[in-house]
Amino acid sequence: MTTLVEPLITVTALSCRYDGETVLAGIHLIVGAGDFTGIVGPSGSGKTTLLKALLGSVAPNAGTITRRPGLRIGYVPQVETINWSFPVTVSDVVLMARPQRLLAPWPTRAEKAEVTHTLERLGIAALGHRHIRELSGGQQQRVFIARAMLGSPQLLIMDEPTSGVDVRTRHEVVHLLAELNASGLAVILSTHDLNGIASHLPHLVCLNRTIQGAGSPRDVLTPDVLQRTYGAPMDVLEHAGMPIVVDRAGDWADVIELRRRA
Amino acid sequence: MMHVLTDPLHYGFIRHALVVCTFAGGLCGLLGVFVTLKGMSYIGHGLSHAIFGGAAICAAIGLNFFIGAGIWGLASGLSISRVTRRKLIASDAAIGVITTASFAFGIALLGLYSRVKQSIEATVFGSVLGVSVADMMIIICVTAATIVVVVAFYRKLLFTTFDAEVAEVSGVRTDRIDALLMLLLCGAILTSMKVLGVTLIAAALVIPPVVARMLTNTFSRMLWISSGIGAVSGLVGMYLSYHLDISSGATIVLVNFAVFAVVFATTGPKRLQRAVPGPSTTGAGFSPSRQSAP
Repeated sequence: MTTLVEPLITVTALSCRYDGETVLAGIHLIVGAGDFTGIVGPSGSGKTTLLKALLGSVAPNAGTITRRPGLRIGYVPQVETINWSFPVTVSDVVLMARPQRLLAPWPTRAEKAEVTHTLERLGIAALGHRHIRELSGGQQQRVFIARAMLGSPQLLIMDEPTSGVDVRTRHEVVHLLAELNASGLAVILSTHDLNGIASHLPHLVCLNRTIQGAGSPRDVLTPDVLQRTYGAPMDVLEHAGMPIVVDRAGDWADVIELRRRA
Repeated sequence: MMHVLTDPLHYGFIRHALVVCTFAGGLCGLLGVFVTLKGMSYIGHGLSHAIFGGAAICAAIGLNFFIGAGIWGLASGLSISRVTRRKLIASDAAIGVITTASFAFGIALLGLYSRVKQSIEATVFGSVLGVSVADMMIIICVTAATIVVVVAFYRKLLFTTFDAEVAEVSGVRTDRIDALLMLLLCGAILTSMKVLGVTLIAAALVIPPVVARMLTNTFSRMLWISSGIGAVSGLVGMYLSYHLDISSGATIVLVNFAVFAVVFATTGPKRLQRAVPGPSTTGAGFSPSRQSAP
Protein backbone atom coordinates (compact mmCIF):
# COMPACT_ATOMS: atom_id res chain seq x y z
CA MET A 1 0.00 0.00 0.00
CA THR A 2 1.54 3.32 -0.99
CA THR A 3 0.43 6.69 0.19
CA LEU A 4 1.47 10.18 -0.84
CA VAL A 5 1.65 11.41 2.73
CA GLU A 6 4.10 10.03 5.28
CA PRO A 7 2.97 6.50 6.32
CA LEU A 8 1.82 5.94 9.90
CA ILE A 9 4.06 2.89 10.27
CA THR A 10 6.75 1.47 8.01
CA VAL A 11 7.93 -2.08 8.71
CA THR A 12 11.13 -3.16 7.01
CA ALA A 13 12.58 -6.69 7.04
CA LEU A 14 11.03 -7.43 10.44
CA SER A 15 11.90 -10.68 12.19
CA CYS A 16 10.70 -11.77 15.65
CA ARG A 17 11.67 -14.83 17.65
CA TYR A 18 10.21 -16.50 20.77
CA ASP A 19 12.38 -18.95 22.70
CA GLY A 20 14.69 -19.40 19.74
CA GLU A 21 11.87 -20.06 17.29
CA THR A 22 11.28 -17.64 14.42
CA VAL A 23 7.69 -16.36 14.52
CA LEU A 24 8.00 -13.63 11.89
CA ALA A 25 10.62 -13.30 9.16
CA GLY A 26 11.29 -10.71 6.50
CA ILE A 27 8.08 -8.73 6.98
CA HIS A 28 7.69 -5.57 4.90
CA LEU A 29 4.54 -3.56 5.54
CA ILE A 30 3.41 0.02 5.18
CA VAL A 31 0.42 1.32 7.14
CA GLY A 32 -0.94 4.52 5.67
CA ALA A 33 -3.45 7.04 7.02
CA GLY A 34 -6.99 5.80 6.42
CA ASP A 35 -5.95 2.21 5.59
CA PHE A 36 -8.26 -0.66 6.53
CA THR A 37 -6.19 -3.84 6.59
CA GLY A 38 -6.96 -7.36 7.70
CA ILE A 39 -4.25 -9.85 8.65
CA VAL A 40 -5.28 -13.45 8.06
CA GLY A 41 -3.45 -16.69 8.70
CA PRO A 42 -3.66 -19.93 10.67
CA SER A 43 -3.18 -20.15 14.44
CA GLY A 44 0.47 -19.58 15.32
CA SER A 45 1.17 -17.78 12.05
CA GLY A 46 2.42 -14.66 13.85
CA LYS A 47 -0.66 -12.42 13.52
CA THR A 48 -0.73 -11.33 17.17
CA THR A 49 3.07 -10.97 17.25
CA LEU A 50 2.91 -8.66 14.22
CA LEU A 51 0.21 -6.54 15.87
CA LYS A 52 2.24 -6.35 19.09
CA ALA A 53 5.34 -5.41 17.12
CA LEU A 54 3.37 -2.57 15.50
CA LEU A 55 2.27 -1.48 18.98
CA GLY A 56 5.85 -1.61 20.23
CA SER A 57 5.25 -4.22 22.92
CA VAL A 58 7.28 -6.88 21.10
CA ALA A 59 10.84 -5.98 20.17
CA PRO A 60 12.08 -7.09 16.74
CA ASN A 61 15.08 -9.39 16.50
CA ALA A 62 15.91 -7.89 13.12
CA GLY A 63 14.53 -5.18 10.88
CA THR A 64 12.99 -1.84 11.75
CA ILE A 65 9.57 -0.44 12.62
CA THR A 66 9.34 3.29 11.97
CA ARG A 67 6.34 5.11 13.43
CA ARG A 68 5.33 8.61 12.39
CA PRO A 69 6.44 10.99 15.18
CA GLY A 70 3.60 11.57 17.67
CA LEU A 71 1.57 8.68 16.26
CA ARG A 72 -1.37 7.79 18.51
CA ILE A 73 -2.38 4.12 18.45
CA GLY A 74 -5.45 2.58 20.07
CA TYR A 75 -5.41 -1.14 20.88
CA VAL A 76 -8.35 -3.48 21.39
CA PRO A 77 -7.37 -6.95 22.69
CA GLN A 78 -9.34 -10.12 22.10
CA VAL A 79 -12.46 -9.66 24.20
CA GLU A 80 -12.40 -13.38 24.95
CA THR A 81 -9.50 -12.67 27.30
CA ILE A 82 -11.55 -10.19 29.37
CA ASN A 83 -12.73 -11.13 32.86
CA TRP A 84 -16.41 -10.20 32.53
CA SER A 85 -16.97 -10.67 36.25
CA PHE A 86 -14.53 -7.87 37.10
CA PRO A 87 -16.35 -5.11 39.04
CA VAL A 88 -16.17 -2.28 36.51
CA THR A 89 -18.76 -0.19 34.70
CA VAL A 90 -18.56 0.89 31.07
CA SER A 91 -17.28 4.36 32.08
CA ASP A 92 -14.63 2.79 34.35
CA VAL A 93 -13.28 0.74 31.44
CA VAL A 94 -13.16 3.68 29.05
CA LEU A 95 -11.42 5.86 31.65
CA MET A 96 -8.65 3.25 31.96
CA ALA A 97 -7.19 4.88 28.86
CA ARG A 98 -6.04 7.65 31.22
CA PRO A 99 -3.78 5.66 33.58
CA GLN A 100 -1.09 8.27 34.18
CA ARG A 101 -2.95 10.56 36.61
CA LEU A 102 -1.54 10.07 40.11
CA LEU A 103 -2.80 10.97 43.60
CA ALA A 104 -6.40 11.73 42.52
CA PRO A 105 -8.06 8.59 41.14
CA TRP A 106 -11.47 10.17 40.49
CA PRO A 107 -12.12 11.56 36.98
CA THR A 108 -11.88 15.27 36.30
CA ARG A 109 -14.79 17.17 34.73
CA ALA A 110 -12.89 17.24 31.42
CA GLU A 111 -12.29 13.49 31.56
CA LYS A 112 -15.97 12.82 32.27
CA ALA A 113 -16.96 14.96 29.28
CA GLU A 114 -14.43 13.17 27.09
CA VAL A 115 -15.73 9.75 28.14
CA THR A 116 -19.34 10.84 27.50
CA HIS A 117 -18.40 12.21 24.07
CA THR A 118 -16.61 8.97 23.11
CA LEU A 119 -19.51 6.81 24.30
CA GLU A 120 -21.92 9.01 22.32
CA ARG A 121 -19.78 8.64 19.22
CA LEU A 122 -20.00 4.86 19.55
CA GLY A 123 -23.71 4.87 20.33
CA ILE A 124 -23.46 3.55 23.91
CA ALA A 125 -23.79 6.79 25.91
CA ALA A 126 -26.78 5.42 27.83
CA LEU A 127 -24.73 2.45 29.09
CA GLY A 128 -22.04 4.38 31.01
CA HIS A 129 -23.15 3.16 34.43
CA ARG A 130 -23.88 -0.43 33.42
CA HIS A 131 -21.61 -3.30 34.43
CA ILE A 132 -19.71 -4.73 31.43
CA ARG A 133 -21.30 -8.15 31.87
CA GLU A 134 -24.79 -6.70 31.38
CA LEU A 135 -24.08 -5.76 27.74
CA SER A 136 -24.59 -7.61 24.48
CA GLY A 137 -21.58 -8.88 22.51
CA GLY A 138 -21.64 -5.89 20.15
CA GLN A 139 -21.95 -3.42 23.01
CA GLN A 140 -19.07 -5.08 24.85
CA GLN A 141 -16.87 -4.74 21.77
CA ARG A 142 -17.89 -1.07 21.47
CA VAL A 143 -16.78 -0.45 25.07
CA PHE A 144 -13.26 -1.62 24.33
CA ILE A 145 -13.17 0.31 21.06
CA ALA A 146 -14.30 3.36 23.07
CA ARG A 147 -11.38 2.85 25.47
CA ALA A 148 -8.99 2.72 22.52
CA MET A 149 -10.65 5.80 20.97
CA LEU A 150 -10.35 7.97 24.10
CA GLY A 151 -6.86 9.05 23.12
CA SER A 152 -8.08 10.15 19.63
CA PRO A 153 -5.86 7.60 17.87
CA GLN A 154 -4.89 7.80 14.20
CA LEU A 155 -4.54 4.02 14.07
CA LEU A 156 -6.74 1.37 15.69
CA ILE A 157 -5.24 -2.10 16.11
CA MET A 158 -7.63 -4.94 16.94
CA ASP A 159 -6.79 -8.55 17.72
CA GLU A 160 -9.51 -10.94 16.53
CA PRO A 161 -12.41 -8.48 17.05
CA THR A 162 -15.05 -11.02 16.03
CA SER A 163 -13.59 -14.16 17.56
CA GLY A 164 -16.33 -16.19 19.29
CA VAL A 165 -19.16 -13.74 18.59
CA ASP A 166 -22.47 -14.45 16.88
CA VAL A 167 -23.33 -13.32 13.34
CA ARG A 168 -25.30 -10.26 14.43
CA THR A 169 -22.43 -9.03 16.60
CA ARG A 170 -19.98 -9.65 13.77
CA HIS A 171 -22.07 -7.50 11.42
CA GLU A 172 -22.35 -4.79 14.06
CA VAL A 173 -18.58 -4.70 14.66
CA VAL A 174 -17.67 -4.68 10.96
CA HIS A 175 -20.12 -1.85 10.23
CA LEU A 176 -18.81 0.17 13.18
CA LEU A 177 -15.21 -0.26 12.03
CA ALA A 178 -16.17 0.74 8.49
CA GLU A 179 -17.80 3.93 9.87
CA LEU A 180 -14.71 4.76 11.95
CA ASN A 181 -12.47 4.09 8.95
CA ALA A 182 -14.64 6.33 6.76
CA SER A 183 -14.10 9.13 9.31
CA GLY A 184 -10.33 8.89 8.70
CA LEU A 185 -9.18 6.33 11.27
CA ALA A 186 -6.74 3.70 10.00
CA VAL A 187 -7.67 0.19 11.15
CA ILE A 188 -5.60 -2.99 11.27
CA LEU A 189 -7.19 -6.17 12.56
CA SER A 190 -6.34 -9.83 12.68
CA THR A 191 -9.01 -12.38 11.91
CA HIS A 192 -9.61 -16.06 11.27
CA ASP A 193 -12.88 -15.30 9.52
CA LEU A 194 -12.13 -15.29 5.80
CA ASN A 195 -15.72 -15.01 4.56
CA GLY A 196 -17.39 -13.03 7.36
CA ILE A 197 -14.68 -10.38 7.74
CA ALA A 198 -11.64 -10.65 5.49
CA SER A 199 -13.45 -10.72 2.14
CA HIS A 200 -15.24 -7.45 3.10
CA LEU A 201 -12.04 -5.50 3.78
CA PRO A 202 -10.29 -3.34 1.18
CA HIS A 203 -6.82 -4.76 1.89
CA LEU A 204 -5.57 -8.10 3.21
CA VAL A 205 -2.23 -9.50 4.32
CA CYS A 206 -1.96 -13.30 4.27
CA LEU A 207 0.59 -14.29 6.91
CA ASN A 208 2.28 -17.49 7.85
CA ARG A 209 5.60 -16.50 9.40
CA THR A 210 6.27 -14.52 6.24
CA ILE A 211 3.84 -12.54 4.10
CA GLN A 212 2.33 -14.97 1.60
CA GLY A 213 0.25 -12.39 -0.22
CA ALA A 214 -0.97 -8.80 0.15
CA GLY A 215 -3.59 -6.86 -1.75
CA SER A 216 -7.34 -6.73 -2.24
CA PRO A 217 -9.39 -9.82 -1.27
CA ARG A 218 -9.83 -10.61 -4.95
CA ASP A 219 -6.02 -10.57 -5.38
CA VAL A 220 -5.05 -12.66 -2.37
CA LEU A 221 -8.00 -14.95 -1.63
CA THR A 222 -6.88 -17.37 -4.32
CA PRO A 223 -6.32 -21.14 -4.03
CA ASP A 224 -2.59 -20.65 -4.51
CA VAL A 225 -2.11 -18.01 -1.81
CA LEU A 226 -4.48 -19.82 0.59
CA GLN A 227 -2.58 -23.09 0.07
CA ARG A 228 0.69 -21.33 0.95
CA THR A 229 -0.87 -19.55 3.93
CA TYR A 230 -2.91 -22.36 5.48
CA GLY A 231 -1.15 -25.41 4.06
CA ALA A 232 -4.53 -26.84 3.07
CA PRO A 233 -6.27 -26.97 -0.31
CA MET A 234 -9.14 -24.50 -0.61
CA ASP A 235 -11.41 -23.42 -3.42
CA VAL A 236 -12.62 -19.88 -4.00
CA LEU A 237 -16.15 -19.22 -5.28
CA GLU A 238 -17.77 -15.90 -6.05
CA HIS A 239 -20.89 -14.56 -4.37
CA ALA A 240 -22.32 -11.09 -5.05
CA GLY A 241 -18.98 -10.05 -6.51
CA MET A 242 -17.00 -11.19 -3.44
CA PRO A 243 -14.68 -14.17 -3.08
CA ILE A 244 -15.99 -16.95 -0.84
CA VAL A 245 -13.46 -19.48 0.49
CA VAL A 246 -14.60 -23.10 0.84
CA ASP A 247 -12.90 -26.41 1.58
CA ARG A 248 -11.82 -28.17 -1.59
CA ALA A 249 -14.51 -30.46 -2.98
CA GLY A 250 -13.52 -34.09 -2.44
CA ASP A 251 -11.13 -33.25 0.39
CA TRP A 252 -13.66 -34.59 2.90
CA ALA A 253 -14.62 -37.65 0.85
CA ASP A 254 -12.86 -40.05 3.22
CA VAL A 255 -14.66 -38.55 6.25
CA ILE A 256 -18.02 -38.73 4.47
CA GLU A 257 -17.33 -42.34 3.51
CA LEU A 258 -16.44 -43.26 7.11
CA ARG A 259 -19.65 -41.64 8.38
CA ARG A 260 -21.69 -43.42 5.70
CA ARG A 261 -20.25 -46.78 6.76
CA ALA A 262 -20.94 -46.03 10.43
CA MET B 1 -23.95 -5.65 77.88
CA MET B 2 -21.50 -2.76 78.07
CA HIS B 3 -19.10 -4.76 80.22
CA VAL B 4 -18.67 -7.18 77.30
CA LEU B 5 -17.16 -4.30 75.37
CA THR B 6 -15.36 -2.51 78.20
CA ASP B 7 -13.92 -5.38 80.26
CA PRO B 8 -11.17 -6.25 77.76
CA LEU B 9 -10.10 -2.61 77.68
CA HIS B 10 -8.74 -2.90 81.23
CA TYR B 11 -5.75 -4.81 79.88
CA GLY B 12 -3.17 -2.85 77.95
CA PHE B 13 -2.14 -5.68 75.60
CA ILE B 14 -5.81 -6.36 74.75
CA ARG B 15 -6.31 -2.68 73.85
CA HIS B 16 -3.29 -2.93 71.57
CA ALA B 17 -4.56 -6.19 70.12
CA LEU B 18 -7.98 -4.68 69.39
CA VAL B 19 -6.33 -1.92 67.37
CA VAL B 20 -3.96 -4.33 65.61
CA CYS B 21 -6.75 -6.80 64.75
CA THR B 22 -8.97 -4.02 63.38
CA PHE B 23 -6.19 -2.60 61.23
CA ALA B 24 -4.99 -6.08 60.18
CA GLY B 25 -8.49 -7.03 59.06
CA GLY B 26 -8.99 -3.78 57.15
CA LEU B 27 -5.54 -3.94 55.54
CA CYS B 28 -5.98 -7.55 54.42
CA GLY B 29 -9.47 -6.71 53.14
CA LEU B 30 -8.11 -3.81 51.09
CA LEU B 31 -5.23 -5.71 49.47
CA GLY B 32 -7.33 -8.86 49.16
CA VAL B 33 -9.39 -7.08 46.48
CA PHE B 34 -6.38 -6.97 44.15
CA VAL B 35 -5.29 -10.47 45.12
CA THR B 36 -8.66 -12.09 44.41
CA LEU B 37 -9.37 -10.13 41.22
CA LYS B 38 -5.96 -11.09 39.85
CA GLY B 39 -6.91 -14.71 40.47
CA MET B 40 -4.10 -15.15 43.00
CA SER B 41 -6.08 -16.01 46.12
CA TYR B 42 -3.51 -18.67 46.93
CA ILE B 43 -0.75 -16.09 47.25
CA GLY B 44 -1.75 -14.96 50.75
CA HIS B 45 -1.48 -18.54 51.92
CA GLY B 46 1.81 -19.04 50.10
CA LEU B 47 3.41 -15.77 51.09
CA SER B 48 2.58 -16.18 54.77
CA HIS B 49 4.20 -19.64 54.66
CA ALA B 50 7.26 -18.18 52.92
CA ILE B 51 7.51 -15.48 55.56
CA PHE B 52 7.29 -18.21 58.21
CA GLY B 53 10.61 -19.52 56.91
CA GLY B 54 12.10 -16.05 57.28
CA ALA B 55 10.59 -15.70 60.74
CA ALA B 56 12.16 -19.00 61.81
CA ILE B 57 15.59 -17.84 60.65
CA CYS B 58 15.17 -14.52 62.48
CA ALA B 59 14.19 -16.31 65.68
CA ALA B 60 17.11 -18.75 65.34
CA ILE B 61 19.81 -16.12 64.81
CA GLY B 62 18.20 -13.35 66.88
CA LEU B 63 17.56 -10.96 63.98
CA ASN B 64 14.69 -8.45 64.02
CA PHE B 65 11.53 -10.23 62.82
CA PHE B 66 10.28 -7.45 60.54
CA ILE B 67 13.61 -6.99 58.78
CA GLY B 68 14.52 -10.63 58.28
CA ALA B 69 11.07 -12.03 57.51
CA GLY B 70 10.26 -8.96 55.41
CA ILE B 71 13.27 -9.39 53.16
CA TRP B 72 12.61 -13.13 52.91
CA GLY B 73 8.93 -12.62 52.10
CA LEU B 74 9.57 -9.88 49.54
CA ALA B 75 12.19 -12.01 47.80
CA SER B 76 9.71 -14.90 47.67
CA GLY B 77 6.92 -12.64 46.39
CA LEU B 78 9.08 -11.11 43.66
CA SER B 79 10.29 -14.57 42.64
CA ILE B 80 6.68 -15.75 42.29
CA SER B 81 5.79 -12.62 40.35
CA ARG B 82 8.76 -13.02 38.02
CA VAL B 83 8.17 -16.72 37.35
CA THR B 84 4.44 -16.08 36.72
CA ARG B 85 5.04 -13.10 34.38
CA ARG B 86 7.50 -15.10 32.31
CA LYS B 87 4.81 -17.79 32.09
CA LEU B 88 7.33 -20.47 32.97
CA ILE B 89 4.72 -22.17 35.13
CA ALA B 90 1.23 -21.19 36.36
CA SER B 91 0.99 -18.83 39.36
CA ASP B 92 -0.46 -21.48 41.70
CA ALA B 93 2.40 -23.85 40.86
CA ALA B 94 4.97 -21.05 41.30
CA ILE B 95 3.49 -20.20 44.71
CA GLY B 96 3.46 -23.87 45.68
CA VAL B 97 7.08 -24.48 44.71
CA ILE B 98 8.63 -21.35 46.18
CA THR B 99 6.66 -20.96 49.39
CA THR B 100 6.37 -24.55 50.55
CA ALA B 101 10.15 -24.86 50.31
CA SER B 102 10.45 -21.82 52.54
CA PHE B 103 7.86 -23.22 54.97
CA ALA B 104 9.67 -26.57 55.10
CA PHE B 105 12.90 -24.72 55.85
CA GLY B 106 11.16 -23.05 58.80
CA ILE B 107 9.89 -26.40 60.08
CA ALA B 108 13.41 -27.83 59.81
CA LEU B 109 14.75 -24.93 61.87
CA LEU B 110 12.09 -25.66 64.49
CA GLY B 111 13.49 -29.14 64.84
CA LEU B 112 17.10 -27.96 65.07
CA TYR B 113 16.58 -25.08 67.49
CA SER B 114 14.02 -26.06 70.13
CA ARG B 115 14.21 -22.62 71.78
CA VAL B 116 12.67 -21.16 68.64
CA LYS B 117 9.57 -23.33 68.99
CA GLN B 118 7.58 -21.15 71.38
CA SER B 119 7.69 -17.93 69.36
CA ILE B 120 7.11 -19.79 66.11
CA GLU B 121 3.98 -21.53 67.41
CA ALA B 122 2.47 -18.14 68.17
CA THR B 123 3.32 -17.10 64.61
CA VAL B 124 1.59 -20.14 63.13
CA PHE B 125 -1.75 -19.84 64.97
CA GLY B 126 -1.87 -16.19 65.96
CA SER B 127 -1.62 -14.81 69.46
CA VAL B 128 -2.44 -11.49 71.13
CA LEU B 129 -0.25 -12.07 74.17
CA GLY B 130 2.81 -10.44 72.74
CA VAL B 131 1.15 -7.48 71.00
CA SER B 132 3.01 -4.32 71.98
CA VAL B 133 2.63 -0.61 71.39
CA ALA B 134 5.34 -0.93 68.76
CA ASP B 135 3.28 -3.58 66.90
CA MET B 136 0.31 -1.23 67.03
CA MET B 137 2.27 1.72 65.68
CA ILE B 138 3.84 -0.40 62.94
CA ILE B 139 0.50 -1.67 61.60
CA ILE B 140 -1.02 1.83 61.73
CA CYS B 141 1.92 3.17 59.69
CA VAL B 142 1.78 0.25 57.22
CA THR B 143 -1.98 0.72 56.76
CA ALA B 144 -1.59 4.46 56.21
CA ALA B 145 1.23 3.91 53.72
CA THR B 146 -0.82 1.27 51.90
CA ILE B 147 -3.83 3.59 51.62
CA VAL B 148 -1.62 6.40 50.26
CA VAL B 149 -0.06 4.07 47.67
CA VAL B 150 -3.43 2.60 46.61
CA VAL B 151 -4.92 6.09 46.18
CA ALA B 152 -1.84 7.43 44.38
CA PHE B 153 -1.59 4.50 41.98
CA TYR B 154 -5.31 3.68 41.85
CA ARG B 155 -5.67 3.97 38.08
CA LYS B 156 -2.54 1.96 37.33
CA LEU B 157 -3.45 -0.71 39.88
CA LEU B 158 -6.97 -0.98 38.45
CA PHE B 159 -5.76 -1.15 34.84
CA THR B 160 -3.05 -3.71 35.63
CA THR B 161 -5.45 -5.86 37.64
CA PHE B 162 -8.15 -5.75 34.95
CA ASP B 163 -6.14 -5.96 31.75
CA ALA B 164 -2.36 -6.13 32.21
CA GLU B 165 -1.65 -6.62 28.51
CA VAL B 166 -3.35 -3.42 27.37
CA ALA B 167 -2.08 -1.56 30.44
CA GLU B 168 1.47 -2.43 29.35
CA VAL B 169 0.78 -1.24 25.80
CA SER B 170 -0.74 1.96 27.23
CA GLY B 171 2.49 2.85 29.00
CA VAL B 172 1.88 1.37 32.45
CA ARG B 173 4.95 -0.43 33.82
CA THR B 174 2.96 -3.45 34.95
CA ASP B 175 6.07 -5.20 36.25
CA ARG B 176 6.64 -2.34 38.66
CA ILE B 177 2.97 -2.23 39.66
CA ASP B 178 3.05 -5.98 40.37
CA ALA B 179 6.22 -5.54 42.43
CA LEU B 180 4.60 -2.66 44.33
CA LEU B 181 1.55 -4.81 45.08
CA MET B 182 3.83 -7.61 46.27
CA LEU B 183 5.65 -5.16 48.56
CA LEU B 184 2.35 -3.97 50.06
CA LEU B 185 1.19 -7.55 50.48
CA CYS B 186 4.38 -8.52 52.29
CA GLY B 187 3.97 -5.53 54.59
CA ALA B 188 0.36 -6.51 55.33
CA ILE B 189 1.20 -10.15 56.02
CA LEU B 190 4.20 -9.31 58.19
CA THR B 191 2.28 -6.90 60.38
CA SER B 192 -0.86 -9.05 60.57
CA MET B 193 0.83 -12.40 61.09
CA LYS B 194 1.20 -12.07 64.84
CA VAL B 195 -2.54 -11.79 65.49
CA LEU B 196 -3.92 -13.71 62.51
CA GLY B 197 -1.36 -16.50 62.29
CA VAL B 198 0.35 -17.98 59.26
CA THR B 199 -2.31 -20.58 58.65
CA LEU B 200 -5.32 -18.26 58.82
CA ILE B 201 -4.11 -15.07 57.14
CA ALA B 202 -5.15 -16.29 53.68
CA ALA B 203 -8.79 -16.30 54.78
CA ALA B 204 -8.54 -12.67 55.91
CA LEU B 205 -7.23 -11.81 52.43
CA VAL B 206 -9.88 -13.72 50.50
CA ILE B 207 -13.22 -13.72 52.39
CA PRO B 208 -13.81 -9.92 52.71
CA PRO B 209 -13.26 -9.20 48.97
CA VAL B 210 -15.43 -12.15 47.98
CA VAL B 211 -18.23 -10.83 50.19
CA ALA B 212 -17.68 -7.29 48.87
CA ARG B 213 -17.88 -8.53 45.29
CA MET B 214 -21.22 -10.15 46.11
CA LEU B 215 -22.47 -6.76 47.29
CA THR B 216 -21.24 -4.40 44.56
CA ASN B 217 -20.41 -4.16 40.86
CA THR B 218 -18.02 -1.24 41.31
CA PHE B 219 -14.29 -1.54 41.95
CA SER B 220 -13.96 1.54 44.20
CA ARG B 221 -16.92 0.45 46.34
CA MET B 222 -15.47 -3.04 46.54
CA LEU B 223 -12.31 -1.57 48.08
CA TRP B 224 -14.34 0.28 50.74
CA ILE B 225 -16.68 -2.60 51.53
CA SER B 226 -13.93 -5.21 51.69
CA SER B 227 -11.78 -3.04 53.97
CA GLY B 228 -14.81 -2.34 56.17
CA ILE B 229 -15.79 -6.00 56.47
CA GLY B 230 -12.16 -6.91 57.23
CA ALA B 231 -11.83 -4.22 59.92
CA VAL B 232 -15.15 -5.01 61.65
CA SER B 233 -14.41 -8.75 61.53
CA GLY B 234 -11.00 -8.04 63.09
CA LEU B 235 -12.54 -6.03 65.92
CA VAL B 236 -15.42 -8.43 66.62
CA GLY B 237 -13.14 -11.44 66.24
CA MET B 238 -10.73 -10.00 68.80
CA TYR B 239 -13.54 -9.47 71.33
CA LEU B 240 -14.67 -13.05 70.77
CA SER B 241 -11.10 -14.25 71.19
CA TYR B 242 -10.95 -12.56 74.59
CA HIS B 243 -14.33 -13.78 75.84
CA LEU B 244 -14.07 -17.34 74.46
CA ASP B 245 -10.34 -17.65 75.22
CA ILE B 246 -9.38 -19.05 71.81
CA SER B 247 -6.84 -17.85 69.27
CA SER B 248 -7.52 -14.49 67.64
CA GLY B 249 -6.79 -15.79 64.12
CA ALA B 250 -9.51 -18.41 64.42
CA THR B 251 -12.20 -16.04 65.76
CA ILE B 252 -11.47 -13.35 63.16
CA VAL B 253 -11.73 -15.84 60.31
CA LEU B 254 -14.91 -17.33 61.81
CA VAL B 255 -16.48 -13.85 61.97
CA ASN B 256 -15.44 -13.31 58.34
CA PHE B 257 -17.08 -16.58 57.42
CA ALA B 258 -20.25 -15.67 59.35
CA VAL B 259 -20.50 -12.44 57.32
CA PHE B 260 -20.01 -14.46 54.14
CA ALA B 261 -22.72 -16.94 55.18
CA VAL B 262 -25.23 -14.15 55.95
CA VAL B 263 -24.54 -12.34 52.64
CA PHE B 264 -24.68 -15.62 50.71
CA ALA B 265 -27.99 -16.54 52.33
CA THR B 266 -29.35 -13.08 51.52
CA THR B 267 -28.07 -12.59 47.98
CA GLY B 268 -27.99 -16.16 46.65
CA PRO B 269 -25.59 -18.25 44.58
CA LYS B 270 -25.69 -15.98 41.50
CA ARG B 271 -23.90 -13.24 43.41
CA LEU B 272 -21.32 -15.79 44.60
CA GLN B 273 -20.71 -16.83 40.99
CA ARG B 274 -19.77 -13.30 39.99
CA ALA B 275 -17.45 -13.09 43.02
CA VAL B 276 -15.81 -16.43 42.32
CA PRO B 277 -16.29 -16.91 38.56
CA GLY B 278 -15.78 -20.33 37.06
CA PRO B 279 -13.62 -20.99 34.01
CA SER B 280 -16.54 -20.29 31.67
CA THR B 281 -16.79 -16.63 32.60
CA THR B 282 -13.17 -15.55 32.67
CA GLY B 283 -10.08 -16.02 30.61
CA ALA B 284 -10.27 -17.39 27.13
CA GLY B 285 -13.30 -19.58 27.67
CA PHE B 286 -16.80 -19.28 26.32
CA SER B 287 -18.57 -16.21 27.61
CA PRO B 288 -22.33 -16.75 27.97
CA SER B 289 -23.06 -13.03 28.25
CA ARG B 290 -21.63 -12.43 24.79
CA GLN B 291 -23.90 -14.99 23.20
CA SER B 292 -27.12 -13.97 24.90
CA ALA B 293 -27.49 -10.41 23.71
CA PRO B 294 -30.42 -8.63 25.37
